Amino acid sequence: MIDLSATSLLAKLQSGEVSSEEVTAAFLDRINAVESRVGAFLKVNSESAMQAAQAVDEKRSSGTPLGKLAGIPIAVKDILCTEGEATTCGSRMLEHYVPPYNATVVEHLLASDAIVIGRTNMDEFAMGSSTENSAYKPTSNPWDLERIPGGSSGGAAACLAAAMAPLSIGTDTGGSIRQPAALCGVVGLKPTYGRVSRFGLVAFASSLDQVGPMATTVEDTALLLETIAGHDRRDSTSAKIDVPQYTASVNSPLENLTIGVVPSHYQDGLDTEIESAVKEAIRVYESLGARIKEIEMPHAQYGIATYYIIAPCEASGNLARYDGAHYGYRTDQQTMLDELSEEANQTDGAGESPLVRMYRKSRSEGFGSEVQRRVMLGTYALSEGYYDAYYLKALKVRRLIRADYDSAFDQVDCILGPVTASPAFRRGEKTNDPLAMYLEDLYTVNANLAGVAGISLPCGLTSENLPIGLHLQAAPFQEEKLLKVANMYQSATDWHTRRPEIQ
Amino acid sequence: MSLSKEDVQRVSLLARLKLSDDELTTMTEQLGQIVSYIDKLSELDTEGVKPMAHALDLTNALVDDEPHESLPREKALQNAPRSDDECFRVPAVLGE
Repeated sequence: MIDLSATSLLAKLQSGEVSSEEVTAAFLDRINAVESRVGAFLKVNSESAMQAAQAVDEKRSSGTPLGKLAGIPIAVKDILCTEGEATTCGSRMLEHYVPPYNATVVEHLLASDAIVIGRTNMDEFAMGSSTENSAYKPTSNPWDLERIPGGSSGGAAACLAAAMAPLSIGTDTGGSIRQPAALCGVVGLKPTYGRVSRFGLVAFASSLDQVGPMATTVEDTALLLETIAGHDRRDSTSAKIDVPQYTASVNSPLENLTIGVVPSHYQDGLDTEIESAVKEAIRVYESLGARIKEIEMPHAQYGIATYYIIAPCEASGNLARYDGAHYGYRTDQQTMLDELSEEANQTDGAGESPLVRMYRKSRSEGFGSEVQRRVMLGTYALSEGYYDAYYLKALKVRRLIRADYDSAFDQVDCILGPVTASPAFRRGEKTNDPLAMYLEDLYTVNANLAGVAGISLPCGLTSENLPIGLHLQAAPFQEEKLLKVANMYQSATDWHTRRPEIQ
Repeated sequence: MSLSKEDVQRVSLLARLKLSDDELTTMTEQLGQIVSYIDKLSELDTEGVKPMAHALDLTNALVDDEPHESLPREKALQNAPRSDDECFRVPAVLGE
């Protein structure tokens, strides 16, 4: 049962072949069996999930109308506020934070009668590409437990690959859905900026963050996107554009499909096995009748530099709210005051104010090193004398990157390429080299900067049996097209059906 | 552009972070590497390009002025590290 897609499980639930209690119990059993090795979850809702499943079964048998995901277990990344449940964002800062409200996406899931089975691990405040920056624990890649699952939605991807949940919610600021999906061999979609409400999503970089669906098939991804997308009056950046019925069209191939390929994607640094897998995917599309067109994205090479100015600048502002005063971690007040009075004795003068010292110590004790690095980087880039050279410059390059996309989408339906330059790396391999970690986002950040839609789907395995992801991008609000095109590939191949044997 | 330890020290106060001496050394080194990488942008001519702060061209996203319930005070205070019945409590801001 745990190997079935959400769509197949729904059919079985609707026909009465299985109950939600049985489905939920099967996934909880799987979690019991493998979670100690994978570490995908920060919290498993064993009891409340079973209660919710029973309630859905009762509703079904009494003939009460049910939501789109009725009775299907789903894992939620620990960055979406859930009323009454600790929402830690992978940070010590929010270890005991219990939100007084639900994120809109969580409300959509509850209204759809989905069963929230647990909260998944992530890089702290979604800053990272390996889930090693979680303050709580690392997550292992189910394909090779010595390796990282990608990040920041590493737990969200790993729980799918290990069949601990059929659906999962991730977030993507620079590749945080697509990169872990690629490294774990599952499907992950970053919607167009504005497609899904960000209300209740703990903010990292507000002009880049998007919540998105993760699953094992494109069809399930369409189903989950349909459930969570739409305008929300509580998020003024959510678009007032109707949500298509993605599931109704996902199985019809796109006619007259033109796919764009970017020659510079295949230059130095791209793993040769990934290159062959992606080129093989191009041949699959050709065999399906697609026209392949070479396009140029001349500013793509500036994506990482642009992103690592804009995202930290926005983060430094967003994370200013963690001050130890209103919620979250606060340093021990007495120790802090003693320290200040000792300093005053030594320097014989007025030192830092207790309030400023409380902010500084609370933040440095509550945030991990990557978060502090990005807050520092953003503060520096926005500080007096540097604003024009960094932030303003980056915003201009962002416009040029967007213009590359606009002219590409005048010529092609989708842009196809690799998601990552290399397969999953070993734990610890890049922890002391932040820049190397940042370059993990090479192929994914531009979609966030430009605000277009992107999806990662499995397209091969390396000789070491590690998953390879295929990246497809489409113009803003063209998710319907993107899903159709992705599903054409899945209908012709079986990479998405491969599952790891967890050692 | 290279960063000095003093620069990083100054930024840490602006960022309301407190770094130990060791952390300051590592941070100076790492920020220096990152900043020299992002300096790559200076090779691009962006004269006359309009800055793009946002992917959506939204102006004045207004909502109807409908009264609704606000977060009750006890809920707003429920996560405070220290509070009394009415307020967040912090160390004294002014002298004793």
